[in-house]
Amino acid sequence: MASKLTRSNRAGWIMAFPGIALMTLFIIVPFFLAFAFSLTNQRLASPNAVEYVGFENYSDLLGLAVFTLEPERDESGAVVRDEDGEIEYPRLRNFTRNNPDYPNLAGKREWFSWASGENRTVVLSSDVVFMKALVNTFTFVIFVAPIQAGLALCLALLINQKLRGINVFRTVYFMPVVVSIVVVSILWRFIYSPGDGLLNNALGWLTFGAFTPQDWLGNTSTALPAIMAMSIWQGVGFHMVIWLAGLQNISPTLYEAGNIEGANKWQTFRYITWPGLRNTAVLILIVITMQAFALFAQIDVMTSGGPLDSTQVLVFQAVERGYGKQDISGGSTISVILFVIVLTISLIQRYLTRER
Amino acid sequence: MATVKLRDVKKSYGSVEVIKGVDIDINDGEFVVFVGPSGCGKSTLLRMIAGLEDITSGTLEIDGQVVNDLEPKNRGIAMVFQTYAIFPHMTVRENVAFGLTINKASNEEKEKKVAEAARVLQMEHLLDRRPSELSGGQRQRVAIGRAIVRDPKVFLFDEPLSNLDAALRMDMRMEIGKLHNSLAASMIYVTHDQVEAMTLADKIVVLKDGRVMQIGSPMELYHEPANLFVAGFLGAPSMNFIPVTVEAVEGENIAISSPSLDRISVPGKGRSFTVGQTATLGVRPQYIRPASGDSGMLHGKVALTERLGSETVVDVTLASGGTLIVALPEDKVLAEGTETSFDFDPAQAHLFPETP
Ligand SMILES: Nc1ncnc2c1ncn2[C@@H]1O[C@H](COP(=O)(O)OP(=O)(O)OP(=O)(O)O)[C@@H](O)[C@H]1O
Ligand SMILES: [Mg+2]
Repeated sequence: MASKLTRSNRAGWIMAFPGIALMTLFIIVPFFLAFAFSLTNQRLASPNAVEYVGFENYSDLLGLAVFTLEPERDESGAVVRDEDGEIEYPRLRNFTRNNPDYPNLAGKREWFSWASGENRTVVLSSDVVFMKALVNTFTFVIFVAPIQAGLALCLALLINQKLRGINVFRTVYFMPVVVSIVVVSILWRFIYSPGDGLLNNALGWLTFGAFTPQDWLGNTSTALPAIMAMSIWQGVGFHMVIWLAGLQNISPTLYEAGNIEGANKWQTFRYITWPGLRNTAVLILIVITMQAFALFAQIDVMTSGGPLDSTQVLVFQAVERGYGKQDISGGSTISVILFVIVLTISLIQRYLTRER
Repeated sequence: MATVKLRDVKKSYGSVEVIKGVDIDINDGEFVVFVGPSGCGKSTLLRMIAGLEDITSGTLEIDGQVVNDLEPKNRGIAMVFQTYAIFPHMTVRENVAFGLTINKASNEEKEKKVAEAARVLQMEHLLDRRPSELSGGQRQRVAIGRAIVRDPKVFLFDEPLSNLDAALRMDMRMEIGKLHNSLAASMIYVTHDQVEAMTLADKIVVLKDGRVMQIGSPMELYHEPANLFVAGFLGAPSMNFIPVTVEAVEGENIAISSPSLDRISVPGKGRSFTVGQTATLGVRPQYIRPASGDSGMLHGKVALTERLGSETVVDVTLASGGTLIVALPEDKVLAEGTETSFDFDPAQAHLFPETP
């Protein structure tokens, strides 16, 4: 018996080997390498020896400071104003460059600021681009995850009916998932293109020409929303299929019982469908969040992070630094930070949605 | 409490007719059991009464009102399913009160009705549990509780006990019997267990291939089966069928014989026979007794004796081939291979013009 077990185990291991080896080579090893690199000043190709730098990479990315600027005053103590009547402040770089009185501001740049009375409060960051990427990534997740999940559920509910030709709709909704995201991104660049793009044309036609064409991807206020919209469209079919599987797992007799008790459509959803989808919902929530954090191809193809860093996101930054700027340690550090963020959020989600 | 009346009720799925014109009358407070082999349309008929399936043609009246086009909730029925159909994410209390919740009943009313149902079903101690913490029998109790709370005119049960083990089934059978006595509501009960049918029913409806074979009280069906199908369907072990030839028609009595049966005269019970035709003689195993020596009218050889303690079932190979089952009320061994003859009271026998 024992010998049979070992033998069958050996066969099992041999069969599992290719999979395990590939996963080790491309997921586990790079993960540890990334963590190791993030503690050094490793570059892609450099004649200098690699040095251990501790958490310097992390502080270079995450360093923040808050500083209050007081207005310039003349001899009488009155606030100095320019021709437009705006208050004049001392230049920020007086404090951030070679100023031994403010070591915590050294090398930092303004991220954003707001007026508080006569004073101006400035938030400074060691790496403004990274911060923008961080904020954009969170914005993307916060909008895309619920909208995509909700839309996918609506589609799944519509599709989960016994109607003639319903498979045509299933195929249509699922189609974008099958097409490579790069191809989809290129297509949507045409849709969004300024002036004569499909979207501008369609909106112009719908409003009888009243609509002024927009440069969707070239405008800081529309670029990220435009990318969100196409990402939602592209991924919704995949999540629809997962919802559909969940829906079909709910026993039809539960619906019949609800029907006999006189539950209307909303009550049926509220008391039977939604509770029955609980596990599916948890799965979708976690998968969508992780996918949204991994946003890269759309940015790479459509905007490269622009305009004015308005579509910078974490993965794009990691790649950009690691390979574009050959700063492997910087890229690795971003990857590790992203990993920690996604892990934390997943754990929180798991905790909040745990079986009670 | 209500009457239920089915008139020429038919059901087709596409071109396949599964209920082929059924007439049934159910009186106020009656317990009616639908029995029949698998696939004969019992569930379909019940679901048509519930309103879960459309009625293709014919009329269904509940309490004197034609309800063909009424929603299930407006028909005054409650249904208990084979798979319980209780909501897994709700406590027992919430499950039982589901119909009241849906109809926005007050909390006091819910409290009162749930307590009443729990008392009737003796499950007060289970109210705060979830279905996953209940046994099969307890789950079915919850489902029955949900039905009671609706205060229906007609209870519908679709094989409510077939997912339970034998001992529990007997307990629950008695409970349902008691429930019927205490609620005095009309009940329609689908089963393919003839013990349930015989013990619970005021009236049994035997179905086959979407047609009613016979309707009557359990004893009527047992002692006066209208046809070969009903005769063979009810009773355990099932009735012996012996192919015979009609020798003479003597007024009410018919003289018959076969190679293994001496010529005897049996009552024709109003069925018409012609001399020389083949017919089937039905005799229940319980009415056959061994005769001394060769003096009996049935001749055969003992093939097997099964001793059950309370009775003995003897398998006999008839002289003309074919088998005869004899059930003796005492513990007795008949040696295998012995040539024996058997007697029965011709008045207890049934002669059917058809052959199986
Ligand atoms: N949705 C359907 N479409 C087509 N045929 C159906 C459908 N539902 C049931 N039938 C057919 O109708 C017939 C009766 O089915 P039904 O479920 O009423 O049988 P039953 O008597 O309840 O059997 P069982 O004892 O196995 O539960 C069967 O032949 C079945 O194949
Ligand atoms: Mg059935």
